[in-house]
Amino acid sequence: MLDTNIRADFPILARKEHGHRLVYLDNAATTQKPRQMLDAILNYYSTSNANVHRGAYGLAVAATEAYEGARGAIARFVNAWAVEGVVFTRGTTEGINLVAGSWGRANVKAGDTVVVTAMDHHSNLVPWQMLCAEQGATLRMVEVTADGRIDLLDFGRALEARPRLVAFPYVSNSLGTVNPAAELTRLAHAAGAVVVVDGAQATPHLRVDVQALGCDFYALSGHKMLGPMGSGALIAKPALLEAMPPYHGGGEMIERVWDDHSTWNQIPHKFEGGTPNVEGAVGLAAAVAYLERIGMDKIAEHEQALAREAIERLSQIEGVTIYGPKDHRAGDIHPHDLATILDRDGVCIRAGHHCTQPLMRRLGVPATARASFYIYNGVDDVDALVAAVRKAGELFGVVTA
Amino acid sequence: MSDLGDLYQQTILDHNRNPRNFRRLEPANRTAEGHNPLCGDRIKVYAQVDGDTISDIAFQMPDGAGCAISKASASLMTAAVKGKPVAEAEALFQAFRDMLSGGPIAPGKLAAFGGVRAFPARVKCANLAWHALHAALQNQSDPVSTESAGDF
Repeated sequence: MLDTNIRADFPILARKEHGHRLVYLDNAATTQKPRQMLDAILNYYSTSNANVHRGAYGLAVAATEAYEGARGAIARFVNAWAVEGVVFTRGTTEGINLVAGSWGRANVKAGDTVVVTAMDHHSNLVPWQMLCAEQGATLRMVEVTADGRIDLLDFGRALEARPRLVAFPYVSNSLGTVNPAAELTRLAHAAGAVVVVDGAQATPHLRVDVQALGCDFYALSGHKMLGPMGSGALIAKPALLEAMPPYHGGGEMIERVWDDHSTWNQIPHKFEGGTPNVEGAVGLAAAVAYLERIGMDKIAEHEQALAREAIERLSQIEGVTIYGPKDHRAGDIHPHDLATILDRDGVCIRAGHHCTQPLMRRLGVPATARASFYIYNGVDDVDALVAAVRKAGELFGVVTA
Repeated sequence: MSDLGDLYQQTILDHNRNPRNFRRLEPANRTAEGHNPLCGDRIKVYAQVDGDTISDIAFQMPDGAGCAISKASASLMTAAVKGKPVAEAEALFQAFRDMLSGGPIAPGKLAAFGGVRAFPARVKCANLAWHALHAALQNQSDPVSTESAGDF
Protein backbone atom coordinates (compact mmCIF):
# COMPACT_ATOMS: atom_id res chain seq x y z
CA MET A 1 0.00 0.00 0.00
CA LEU A 2 1.11 3.56 -0.65
CA ASP A 3 1.78 5.87 2.28
CA THR A 4 -1.17 8.16 3.05
CA ASN A 5 1.37 10.98 3.62
CA ILE A 6 0.97 11.45 -0.12
CA ARG A 7 -2.19 13.41 0.74
CA ALA A 8 -0.05 16.35 1.80
CA ASP A 9 0.69 16.92 -1.90
CA PHE A 10 -3.02 17.50 -2.64
CA PRO A 11 -4.21 20.87 -1.29
CA ILE A 12 -7.90 20.08 -1.83
CA LEU A 13 -7.78 17.12 0.54
CA ALA A 14 -7.52 19.60 3.41
CA ARG A 15 -11.07 20.70 2.65
CA LYS A 16 -13.75 19.80 5.19
CA GLU A 17 -17.09 18.51 3.97
CA HIS A 18 -19.96 19.00 6.45
CA GLY A 19 -17.38 18.99 9.22
CA HIS A 20 -15.77 15.76 8.05
CA ARG A 21 -12.46 14.99 6.36
CA LEU A 22 -12.96 14.92 2.58
CA VAL A 23 -13.11 11.29 1.44
CA TYR A 24 -12.82 11.65 -2.30
CA LEU A 25 -13.96 8.48 -4.04
CA ASP A 26 -14.99 9.85 -7.42
CA ASN A 27 -11.65 9.39 -9.12
CA ALA A 28 -13.16 7.71 -12.15
CA ALA A 29 -14.92 11.02 -12.82
CA THR A 30 -11.87 13.16 -12.22
CA THR A 31 -8.85 13.08 -9.93
CA GLN A 32 -7.57 15.73 -7.56
CA LYS A 33 -4.40 17.63 -8.36
CA PRO A 34 -1.01 17.53 -6.64
CA ARG A 35 0.85 20.72 -5.85
CA GLN A 36 3.66 19.62 -8.22
CA MET A 37 1.24 19.71 -11.16
CA LEU A 38 -0.24 23.06 -10.11
CA ASP A 39 3.27 24.46 -9.68
CA ALA A 40 4.25 23.34 -13.17
CA ILE A 41 1.36 25.35 -14.66
CA LEU A 42 2.15 28.37 -12.50
CA ASN A 43 5.79 28.10 -13.46
CA TYR A 44 4.98 27.86 -17.15
CA TYR A 45 2.89 31.04 -17.09
CA SER A 46 5.38 32.79 -14.79
CA THR A 47 8.48 32.02 -16.83
CA SER A 48 7.80 30.66 -20.34
CA ASN A 49 4.45 31.80 -21.71
CA ALA A 50 4.30 32.77 -25.39
CA ASN A 51 2.57 31.34 -28.43
CA VAL A 52 4.23 28.17 -29.63
CA HIS A 53 5.89 27.19 -32.92
CA ARG A 54 6.03 30.66 -34.42
CA GLY A 55 7.86 33.34 -32.50
CA ALA A 56 11.43 34.09 -33.50
CA TYR A 57 12.36 35.13 -29.99
CA GLY A 58 13.73 33.29 -26.99
CA LEU A 59 10.53 33.22 -24.97
CA ALA A 60 8.57 31.62 -27.81
CA VAL A 61 11.28 28.99 -28.09
CA ALA A 62 10.95 28.28 -24.37
CA ALA A 63 7.19 27.88 -24.70
CA THR A 64 7.62 25.56 -27.68
CA GLU A 65 10.17 23.51 -25.78
CA ALA A 66 7.79 23.18 -22.83
CA TYR A 67 4.97 22.07 -25.12
CA GLU A 68 7.00 19.64 -27.22
CA GLY A 69 8.82 18.37 -24.14
CA ALA A 70 5.43 17.44 -22.70
CA ARG A 71 4.63 15.52 -25.86
CA GLY A 72 7.81 13.53 -25.44
CA ALA A 73 6.98 12.75 -21.81
CA ILE A 74 3.56 11.40 -22.73
CA ALA A 75 4.98 9.36 -25.59
CA ARG A 76 7.40 7.67 -23.20
CA PHE A 77 4.71 7.14 -20.54
CA VAL A 78 2.52 4.99 -22.81
CA ASN A 79 5.34 3.73 -25.06
CA ALA A 80 3.91 5.48 -28.14
CA TRP A 81 5.05 4.37 -31.59
CA ALA A 82 6.68 7.77 -32.10
CA VAL A 83 6.58 11.23 -30.53
CA GLU A 84 4.81 12.53 -33.66
CA GLY A 85 2.13 9.90 -33.03
CA VAL A 86 0.97 11.87 -29.97
CA VAL A 87 -1.73 14.41 -30.80
CA PHE A 88 -2.75 16.72 -27.97
CA THR A 89 -6.51 16.83 -27.45
CA ARG A 90 -8.79 18.16 -24.77
CA GLY A 91 -9.50 14.64 -23.60
CA THR A 92 -10.60 11.17 -24.62
CA THR A 93 -13.84 12.46 -26.11
CA GLU A 94 -12.02 14.71 -28.53
CA GLY A 95 -9.50 11.99 -29.35
CA ILE A 96 -12.24 9.57 -30.37
CA ASN A 97 -14.15 12.24 -32.26
CA LEU A 98 -10.94 13.02 -34.13
CA VAL A 99 -10.62 9.40 -35.26
CA ALA A 100 -14.31 9.21 -36.20
CA GLY A 101 -14.31 12.56 -38.00
CA SER A 102 -11.05 12.07 -39.86
CA TRP A 103 -10.19 8.38 -40.29
CA GLY A 104 -13.83 7.36 -40.04
CA ARG A 105 -15.19 9.68 -42.71
CA ALA A 106 -12.38 8.75 -45.07
CA ASN A 107 -12.58 5.00 -44.56
CA VAL A 108 -16.03 3.91 -43.34
CA LYS A 109 -18.47 3.70 -46.24
CA ALA A 110 -22.08 2.70 -46.81
CA GLY A 111 -22.61 -0.92 -45.91
CA ASP A 112 -19.52 -1.13 -43.67
CA THR A 113 -19.75 -2.17 -40.03
CA VAL A 114 -18.34 -0.50 -36.91
CA VAL A 115 -18.21 -2.57 -33.71
CA VAL A 116 -18.52 -1.18 -30.18
CA THR A 117 -19.39 -2.84 -26.87
CA ALA A 118 -22.29 -2.47 -24.44
CA MET A 119 -19.85 -1.25 -21.79
CA ASP A 120 -18.51 1.65 -23.81
CA HIS A 121 -18.73 5.13 -22.36
CA HIS A 122 -20.96 7.40 -24.43
CA SER A 123 -17.76 9.06 -25.70
CA ASN A 124 -16.78 5.79 -27.40
CA LEU A 125 -20.29 5.14 -28.66
CA VAL A 126 -21.99 8.36 -29.77
CA PRO A 127 -19.19 9.43 -32.21
CA TRP A 128 -19.55 6.04 -33.93
CA GLN A 129 -23.35 6.33 -33.99
CA MET A 130 -22.96 9.74 -35.66
CA LEU A 131 -20.39 8.41 -38.15
CA CYS A 132 -22.51 5.38 -39.07
CA ALA A 133 -25.63 7.51 -39.52
CA GLU A 134 -23.72 9.89 -41.78
CA GLN A 135 -22.03 7.22 -43.87
CA GLY A 136 -24.86 4.69 -44.00
CA ALA A 137 -22.79 2.15 -42.09
CA THR A 138 -24.00 -0.35 -39.50
CA LEU A 139 -23.16 -0.08 -35.82
CA ARG A 140 -22.89 -3.43 -34.02
CA MET A 141 -22.87 -3.48 -30.20
CA VAL A 142 -21.18 -6.47 -28.56
CA GLU A 143 -22.98 -7.76 -25.46
CA VAL A 144 -21.58 -7.99 -21.94
CA THR A 145 -21.80 -11.11 -19.77
CA ALA A 146 -23.76 -11.23 -16.51
CA ASP A 147 -20.52 -10.74 -14.55
CA GLY A 148 -19.70 -7.56 -16.45
CA ARG A 149 -17.17 -8.68 -19.05
CA ILE A 150 -17.17 -8.33 -22.83
CA ASP A 151 -18.95 -11.41 -24.21
CA LEU A 152 -16.15 -12.99 -26.25
CA LEU A 153 -18.53 -15.26 -28.17
CA ASP A 154 -20.56 -12.25 -29.24
CA PHE A 155 -17.35 -10.36 -30.01
CA GLY A 156 -16.36 -13.21 -32.32
CA ARG A 157 -19.78 -13.16 -34.00
CA ALA A 158 -19.52 -9.38 -34.51
CA LEU A 159 -16.14 -9.85 -36.23
CA GLU A 160 -17.70 -12.18 -38.80
CA ALA A 161 -19.09 -9.05 -40.49
CA ARG A 162 -15.46 -8.02 -41.19
CA PRO A 163 -15.91 -4.58 -39.55
CA ARG A 164 -13.85 -1.61 -40.71
CA LEU A 165 -13.29 -0.54 -37.13
CA VAL A 166 -13.59 -2.00 -33.63
CA ALA A 167 -13.75 0.24 -30.55
CA PHE A 168 -13.72 -0.82 -26.91
CA PRO A 169 -12.65 0.45 -23.48
CA TYR A 170 -9.44 -0.88 -21.92
CA VAL A 171 -11.09 -0.48 -18.48
CA SER A 172 -14.85 -0.02 -17.99
CA ASN A 173 -15.73 3.20 -16.19
CA SER A 174 -18.95 1.73 -14.78
CA LEU A 175 -17.83 -1.74 -13.77
CA GLY A 176 -14.08 -1.51 -13.33
CA THR A 177 -13.61 -4.49 -15.66
CA VAL A 178 -10.11 -4.65 -17.15
CA ASN A 179 -10.67 -5.97 -20.64
CA PRO A 180 -8.16 -8.28 -22.38
CA ALA A 181 -7.26 -5.43 -24.70
CA ALA A 182 -4.31 -7.10 -26.44
CA GLU A 183 -6.34 -10.22 -27.16
CA LEU A 184 -9.36 -8.24 -28.42
CA THR A 185 -7.03 -6.22 -30.64
CA ARG A 186 -5.44 -9.36 -32.06
CA LEU A 187 -8.87 -10.81 -32.90
CA ALA A 188 -10.09 -7.55 -34.44
CA HIS A 189 -6.94 -7.22 -36.56
CA ALA A 190 -7.33 -10.78 -37.76
CA ALA A 191 -10.78 -9.73 -39.01
CA GLY A 192 -9.24 -6.79 -40.86
CA ALA A 193 -10.42 -4.02 -38.54
CA VAL A 194 -8.70 -0.91 -37.28
CA VAL A 195 -8.77 -0.82 -33.47
CA VAL A 196 -9.59 2.17 -31.25
CA VAL A 197 -9.01 1.76 -27.51
CA ASP A 198 -10.64 4.12 -25.02
CA GLY A 199 -7.85 4.46 -22.48
CA ALA A 200 -9.50 7.04 -20.21
CA GLN A 201 -9.86 4.65 -17.26
CA ALA A 202 -6.77 2.52 -17.85
CA THR A 203 -3.98 5.08 -18.26
CA PRO A 204 -4.31 6.49 -14.71
CA HIS A 205 -4.28 3.07 -13.05
CA LEU A 206 -2.18 0.58 -15.05
CA ARG A 207 1.15 0.50 -16.82
CA VAL A 208 0.08 1.13 -20.42
CA ASP A 209 2.18 0.05 -23.39
CA VAL A 210 0.30 0.85 -26.59
CA GLN A 211 2.82 -1.01 -28.74
CA ALA A 212 2.30 -4.16 -26.68
CA LEU A 213 -1.48 -3.70 -26.94
CA GLY A 214 -1.02 -3.42 -30.68
CA CYS A 215 -4.07 -1.20 -31.24
CA ASP A 216 -4.13 1.55 -33.86
CA PHE A 217 -5.53 4.46 -31.86
CA TYR A 218 -5.44 5.01 -28.09
CA ALA A 219 -7.21 7.96 -26.45
CA LEU A 220 -6.56 9.26 -22.94
CA SER A 221 -7.68 12.12 -20.65
CA GLY A 222 -5.27 14.14 -18.51
CA HIS A 223 -7.72 15.13 -15.79
CA LYS A 224 -8.33 11.52 -14.76
CA MET A 225 -4.61 11.07 -14.01
CA LEU A 226 -3.77 14.11 -11.86
CA GLY A 227 -3.49 16.42 -14.87
CA PRO A 228 -5.53 19.52 -15.67
CA MET A 229 -9.02 19.44 -17.12
CA GLY A 230 -9.08 19.96 -20.85
CA SER A 231 -5.81 18.07 -21.37
CA GLY A 232 -5.44 14.76 -23.15
CA ALA A 233 -3.88 12.93 -26.04
CA LEU A 234 -4.62 10.66 -28.94
CA ILE A 235 -1.83 8.14 -29.46
CA ALA A 236 -1.77 6.74 -32.98
CA LYS A 237 0.37 4.82 -35.43
CA PRO A 238 2.15 7.55 -37.42
CA ALA A 239 1.38 5.95 -40.80
CA LEU A 240 -2.35 6.16 -40.07
CA LEU A 241 -2.09 9.81 -39.06
CA GLU A 242 -0.09 10.58 -42.23
CA ALA A 243 -2.84 9.18 -44.42
CA MET A 244 -5.70 10.88 -42.58
CA PRO A 245 -7.30 14.19 -43.60
CA PRO A 246 -7.11 17.02 -41.03
CA TYR A 247 -9.77 17.37 -38.35
CA HIS A 248 -9.95 21.08 -37.48
CA GLY A 249 -8.87 23.70 -39.97
CA GLY A 250 -7.01 26.81 -38.82
CA GLY A 251 -3.62 28.12 -37.92
CA GLU A 252 -0.69 25.83 -37.13
CA MET A 253 -2.16 22.81 -38.95
CA ILE A 254 -1.26 24.19 -42.39
CA GLU A 255 1.91 24.18 -44.46
CA ARG A 256 0.92 26.72 -47.14
CA VAL A 257 -2.35 28.57 -47.66
CA TRP A 258 -3.58 29.92 -50.97
CA ASP A 259 -6.81 31.76 -51.76
CA ASP A 260 -8.77 28.62 -52.42
CA HIS A 261 -6.86 25.73 -50.89
CA SER A 262 -4.12 24.76 -48.46
CA THR A 263 -1.59 22.09 -47.80
CA TRP A 264 -1.12 20.46 -44.43
CA ASN A 265 1.55 20.60 -41.80
CA GLN A 266 3.36 17.46 -40.70
CA ILE A 267 1.90 15.17 -38.07
CA PRO A 268 1.00 15.66 -35.28
CA HIS A 269 0.59 19.41 -36.00
CA LYS A 270 -1.80 18.65 -38.87
CA PHE A 271 -4.32 17.72 -36.15
CA GLU A 272 -3.66 20.62 -33.80
CA GLY A 273 -5.30 23.61 -35.45
CA GLY A 274 -5.25 26.83 -33.45
CA THR A 275 -3.26 27.87 -30.40
CA PRO A 276 -2.92 24.70 -28.33
CA ASN A 277 -3.57 24.17 -24.63
CA VAL A 278 0.09 24.53 -23.64
CA GLU A 279 -0.82 24.82 -19.96
CA GLY A 280 -2.70 21.52 -20.28
CA ALA A 281 0.25 19.78 -21.93
CA VAL A 282 2.73 21.09 -19.35
CA GLY A 283 0.42 20.12 -16.49
CA LEU A 284 -0.17 16.68 -17.93
CA ALA A 285 3.58 16.10 -18.27
CA ALA A 286 4.03 17.09 -14.61
CA ALA A 287 1.26 14.66 -13.64
CA VAL A 288 2.96 11.91 -15.61
CA ALA A 289 6.25 12.67 -13.84
CA TYR A 290 4.45 12.46 -10.49
CA LEU A 291 2.90 9.08 -11.37
CA GLU A 292 6.19 7.73 -12.67
CA ARG A 293 7.92 8.72 -9.45
CA ILE A 294 5.48 6.53 -7.53
CA GLY A 295 5.50 3.80 -10.17
CA MET A 296 2.49 2.53 -12.09
CA ASP A 297 2.90 -1.01 -10.81
CA LYS A 298 2.75 0.21 -7.22
CA ILE A 299 -0.31 2.31 -8.04
CA ALA A 300 -2.11 -0.65 -9.58
CA GLU A 301 -1.24 -2.83 -6.58
CA HIS A 302 -2.44 -0.15 -4.12
CA GLU A 303 -5.78 0.33 -5.85
CA GLN A 304 -6.42 -3.38 -6.24
CA ALA A 305 -5.86 -3.84 -2.51
CA LEU A 306 -8.32 -1.03 -1.69
CA ALA A 307 -10.91 -2.34 -4.15
CA ARG A 308 -10.64 -5.88 -2.74
CA GLU A 309 -11.06 -4.57 0.80
CA ALA A 310 -14.03 -2.36 -0.12
CA ILE A 311 -15.83 -5.08 -2.11
CA GLU A 312 -15.34 -7.63 0.63
CA ARG A 313 -16.63 -5.35 3.38
CA LEU A 314 -19.49 -3.77 1.41
CA SER A 315 -20.68 -7.22 0.35
CA GLN A 316 -21.32 -8.01 4.01
CA ILE A 317 -23.85 -5.19 4.35
CA GLU A 318 -27.45 -6.24 3.76
CA GLY A 319 -29.00 -4.78 0.64
CA VAL A 320 -25.71 -3.97 -1.10
CA THR A 321 -25.21 -5.13 -4.69
CA ILE A 322 -21.75 -5.18 -6.21
CA TYR A 323 -21.83 -4.67 -9.99
CA GLY A 324 -19.05 -5.85 -12.21
CA PRO A 325 -16.83 -8.88 -12.15
CA LYS A 326 -17.58 -9.49 -8.45
CA ASP A 327 -21.28 -10.01 -8.64
CA HIS A 328 -24.31 -10.51 -6.48
CA ARG A 329 -27.49 -8.53 -6.37
CA ALA A 330 -30.10 -6.75 -4.29
CA GLY A 331 -29.83 -2.95 -4.21
CA ASP A 332 -32.45 -1.37 -1.98
CA ILE A 333 -31.40 2.28 -1.90
CA HIS A 334 -31.36 4.41 -5.01
CA PRO A 335 -27.78 5.51 -5.83
CA HIS A 336 -28.80 9.16 -5.78
CA ASP A 337 -30.05 8.85 -2.20
CA LEU A 338 -26.89 6.98 -1.26
CA ALA A 339 -24.68 9.74 -2.71
CA THR A 340 -26.56 12.41 -0.73
CA ILE A 341 -26.28 10.48 2.51
CA LEU A 342 -22.58 9.70 2.01
CA ASP A 343 -21.85 13.34 1.17
CA ARG A 344 -22.99 14.34 4.67
CA ASP A 345 -20.06 12.30 6.00
CA GLY A 346 -17.68 13.90 3.51
CA VAL A 347 -17.66 10.82 1.26
CA CYS A 348 -17.82 11.76 -2.45
CA ILE A 349 -19.06 8.99 -4.73
CA ARG A 350 -20.72 9.12 -8.12
CA ALA A 351 -24.38 8.19 -8.57
CA GLY A 352 -25.76 7.90 -12.06
CA HIS A 353 -25.50 6.09 -15.35
CA HIS A 354 -21.79 6.97 -15.69
CA CYS A 355 -22.32 7.84 -19.35
CA THR A 356 -23.08 4.18 -20.07
CA GLN A 357 -26.84 4.08 -20.59
CA PRO A 358 -26.83 0.96 -22.80
CA LEU A 359 -24.99 -0.88 -20.01
CA MET A 360 -27.40 0.34 -17.31
CA ARG A 361 -30.30 -0.92 -19.44
CA ARG A 362 -28.68 -4.35 -19.57
CA LEU A 363 -28.08 -4.34 -15.81
CA GLY A 364 -31.77 -3.46 -15.37
CA VAL A 365 -31.07 -0.38 -13.25
CA PRO A 366 -31.47 3.35 -13.91
CA ALA A 367 -28.19 4.07 -12.15
CA THR A 368 -25.49 2.68 -9.89
CA ALA A 369 -23.35 4.18 -7.12
CA ARG A 370 -19.64 4.13 -7.92
CA ALA A 371 -16.72 4.52 -5.53
CA SER A 372 -13.39 4.77 -7.33
CA PHE A 373 -9.98 4.90 -5.68
CA TYR A 374 -6.70 6.58 -6.44
CA ILE A 375 -3.25 6.98 -4.97
CA TYR A 376 -4.25 9.22 -2.06
CA ASN A 377 -7.02 6.94 -0.82
CA GLY A 378 -6.34 4.62 2.07
CA VAL A 379 -8.02 1.96 4.19
CA ASP A 380 -9.42 4.81 6.31
CA ASP A 381 -11.36 5.90 3.22
CA VAL A 382 -12.75 2.38 2.89
CA ASP A 383 -13.72 2.61 6.59
CA ALA A 384 -15.54 5.88 5.95
CA LEU A 385 -17.28 4.44 2.89
CA VAL A 386 -18.41 1.29 4.67
CA ALA A 387 -19.64 3.22 7.73
CA ALA A 388 -21.58 5.68 5.57
CA VAL A 389 -23.19 2.91 3.51
CA ARG A 390 -24.23 1.18 6.74
CA LYS A 391 -25.72 4.46 7.99
CA ALA A 392 -27.70 4.86 4.75
CA GLY A 393 -29.02 1.34 5.17
CA GLU A 394 -30.16 2.16 8.68
CA LEU A 395 -31.88 5.37 7.59
CA PHE A 396 -33.83 3.48 4.94
CA GLY A 397 -34.54 0.54 7.22
CA VAL A 398 -32.59 -1.87 5.01
CA VAL A 399 -29.88 -2.57 7.58
CA THR A 400 -30.68 -3.28 11.20
CA ALA A 401 -29.24 -0.50 13.33
CA MET B 1 -25.52 22.29 8.70
CA SER B 2 -28.76 20.66 7.70
CA ASP B 3 -29.46 17.20 8.90
CA LEU B 4 -30.28 14.20 6.74
CA GLY B 5 -33.46 13.88 8.80
CA ASP B 6 -34.68 17.18 7.30
CA LEU B 7 -34.37 15.67 3.84
CA TYR B 8 -35.56 12.16 4.53
CA GLN B 9 -38.57 13.04 6.69
CA GLN B 10 -40.83 10.19 7.81
CA THR B 11 -43.53 11.22 5.30
CA ILE B 12 -40.99 10.91 2.49
CA LEU B 13 -39.59 7.59 3.67
CA ASP B 14 -43.15 6.28 4.01
CA HIS B 15 -44.22 7.37 0.51
CA ASN B 16 -40.98 5.95 -0.90
CA ARG B 17 -41.68 2.57 0.67
CA ASN B 18 -45.40 2.57 -0.10
CA PRO B 19 -46.00 4.91 -3.01
CA ARG B 20 -49.66 5.87 -3.57
CA ASN B 21 -51.27 5.76 -7.02
CA PHE B 22 -48.22 3.85 -8.24
CA ARG B 23 -49.75 2.10 -11.25
CA ARG B 24 -50.67 2.51 -14.85
CA LEU B 25 -53.98 4.35 -15.21
CA GLU B 26 -56.39 3.21 -17.92
CA PRO B 27 -58.13 4.98 -19.41
CA ALA B 28 -56.22 8.23 -19.07
CA ASN B 29 -56.74 11.17 -21.37
CA ARG B 30 -53.56 12.97 -20.30
CA THR B 31 -50.10 11.38 -20.06
CA ALA B 32 -46.57 12.74 -20.04
CA GLU B 33 -43.07 11.50 -19.40
CA GLY B 34 -40.46 13.21 -17.29
CA HIS B 35 -36.73 12.54 -17.32
CA ASN B 36 -33.96 13.58 -14.98
CA PRO B 37 -30.79 13.07 -17.00
CA LEU B 38 -28.68 13.70 -13.90
CA CYS B 39 -29.63 10.41 -12.27
CA GLY B 40 -31.42 8.62 -15.10
CA ASP B 41 -34.81 8.57 -13.37
CA ARG B 42 -37.83 8.46 -15.63
CA ILE B 43 -41.43 8.95 -14.67
CA LYS B 44 -44.70 8.53 -16.50
CA VAL B 45 -47.72 10.43 -15.20
CA TYR B 46 -51.27 9.43 -16.20
CA ALA B 47 -54.28 11.64 -15.53
CA GLN B 48 -57.94 11.41 -16.33
CA VAL B 49 -59.28 14.93 -16.68
CA ASP B 50 -63.07 15.32 -16.87
CA GLY B 51 -64.20 18.83 -17.61
CA ASP B 52 -62.06 20.90 -15.34
CA THR B 53 -61.30 18.23 -12.75
CA ILE B 54 -58.48 15.72 -12.37
CA SER B 55 -60.75 12.74 -11.67
CA ASP B 56 -57.89 10.26 -11.32
CA ILE B 57 -54.12 10.29 -11.47
CA ALA B 58 -51.33 7.72 -11.25
CA PHE B 59 -47.65 7.36 -12.03
CA GLN B 60 -45.06 4.79 -12.94
CA MET B 61 -41.28 4.79 -13.07
CA PRO B 62 -40.56 2.79 -16.24
CA ASP B 63 -37.00 1.79 -15.41
CA GLY B 64 -38.26 0.12 -12.27
CA ALA B 65 -36.84 2.45 -9.68
CA GLY B 66 -36.63 6.08 -8.73
CA CYS B 67 -34.77 7.69 -5.88
CA ALA B 68 -36.64 8.18 -2.61
CA ILE B 69 -37.14 11.88 -3.26
CA SER B 70 -38.53 11.57 -6.79
CA LYS B 71 -40.76 8.62 -5.91
CA ALA B 72 -42.14 10.13 -2.70
CA SER B 73 -42.69 13.45 -4.46
CA ALA B 74 -44.67 11.75 -7.23
CA SER B 75 -46.70 9.83 -4.67
CA LEU B 76 -47.52 12.92 -2.59
CA MET B 77 -48.25 14.90 -5.74
CA THR B 78 -50.86 12.41 -6.93
CA ALA B 79 -52.47 12.46 -3.49
CA ALA B 80 -52.48 16.27 -3.46
CA VAL B 81 -54.09 16.86 -6.87
CA LYS B 82 -56.50 13.93 -7.15
CA GLY B 83 -60.06 15.25 -7.46
CA LYS B 84 -58.85 18.85 -7.70
CA PRO B 85 -59.50 21.35 -10.50
CA VAL B 86 -56.69 21.63 -13.06
CA ALA B 87 -56.08 25.26 -12.10
CA GLU B 88 -55.57 24.26 -8.46
CA ALA B 89 -53.05 21.59 -9.47
CA GLU B 90 -51.12 24.14 -11.50
CA ALA B 91 -51.19 26.53 -8.53
CA LEU B 92 -49.83 23.77 -6.28
CA PHE B 93 -47.06 23.10 -8.84
CA GLN B 94 -46.15 26.77 -8.68
CA ALA B 95 -46.22 26.77 -4.87
CA PHE B 96 -44.05 23.64 -4.80
CA ARG B 97 -41.50 25.11 -7.20
CA ASP B 98 -41.47 28.36 -5.27
CA MET B 99 -40.81 26.47 -2.05
CA LEU B 100 -37.86 24.60 -3.60
CA SER B 101 -36.33 27.81 -4.87
CA GLY B 102 -36.42 29.30 -1.39
CA GLY B 103 -39.99 30.62 -1.21
CA PRO B 104 -42.67 29.93 1.41
CA ILE B 105 -43.44 26.37 2.53
CA ALA B 106 -46.04 24.66 0.32
CA PRO B 107 -49.39 23.65 1.82
CA GLY B 108 -50.31 20.32 3.42
CA LYS B 109 -48.05 17.30 3.23
CA LEU B 110 -46.04 18.92 0.43
CA ALA B 111 -44.31 20.83 3.22
CA ALA B 112 -42.29 17.64 3.85
CA PHE B 113 -40.12 18.65 0.88
CA GLY B 114 -39.06 21.93 2.50
CA GLY B 115 -35.86 20.16 3.62
CA VAL B 116 -34.83 19.58 0.00
CA ARG B 117 -33.91 23.26 -0.22
CA ALA B 118 -30.76 22.57 1.79
CA PHE B 119 -29.76 19.90 -0.76
CA PRO B 120 -29.51 21.74 -4.10
CA ALA B 121 -28.40 18.57 -5.89
CA ARG B 122 -31.79 17.01 -5.11
CA VAL B 123 -34.18 19.79 -6.14
CA LYS B 124 -34.61 18.25 -9.58
CA CYS B 125 -35.57 14.92 -8.04
CA ALA B 126 -38.39 16.61 -6.10
CA ASN B 127 -39.59 18.57 -9.14
CA LEU B 128 -39.52 15.72 -11.66
CA ALA B 129 -43.09 14.44 -11.15
CA TRP B 130 -44.52 17.94 -11.08
CA HIS B 131 -42.91 18.85 -14.37
CA ALA B 132 -44.38 15.70 -15.88
CA LEU B 133 -47.83 16.53 -14.47
CA HIS B 134 -47.61 20.05 -15.84
CA ALA B 135 -46.68 18.66 -19.27
CA ALA B 136 -49.54 16.17 -19.10
CA LEU B 137 -52.05 18.88 -18.26
CA GLN B 138 -50.70 21.01 -21.11
CA ASN B 139 -51.04 18.01 -23.45
CA GLN B 140 -47.34 18.18 -24.23
CA SER B 141 -46.27 15.08 -26.15
CA ASP B 142 -42.47 15.35 -25.93
CA PRO B 143 -40.89 13.99 -22.75
CA VAL B 144 -40.03 16.84 -20.38
CA SER B 145 -36.53 16.98 -18.94
CA THR B 146 -35.51 18.55 -15.65
CA GLU B 147 -32.53 20.01 -17.54
CA SER B 148 -34.75 22.11 -19.78
CA ALA B 149 -37.18 23.07 -17.06
CA GLY B 150 -35.15 25.96 -15.73
CA ASP B 151 -34.78 24.61 -12.19
CA PHE B 152 -31.19 24.28 -11.17
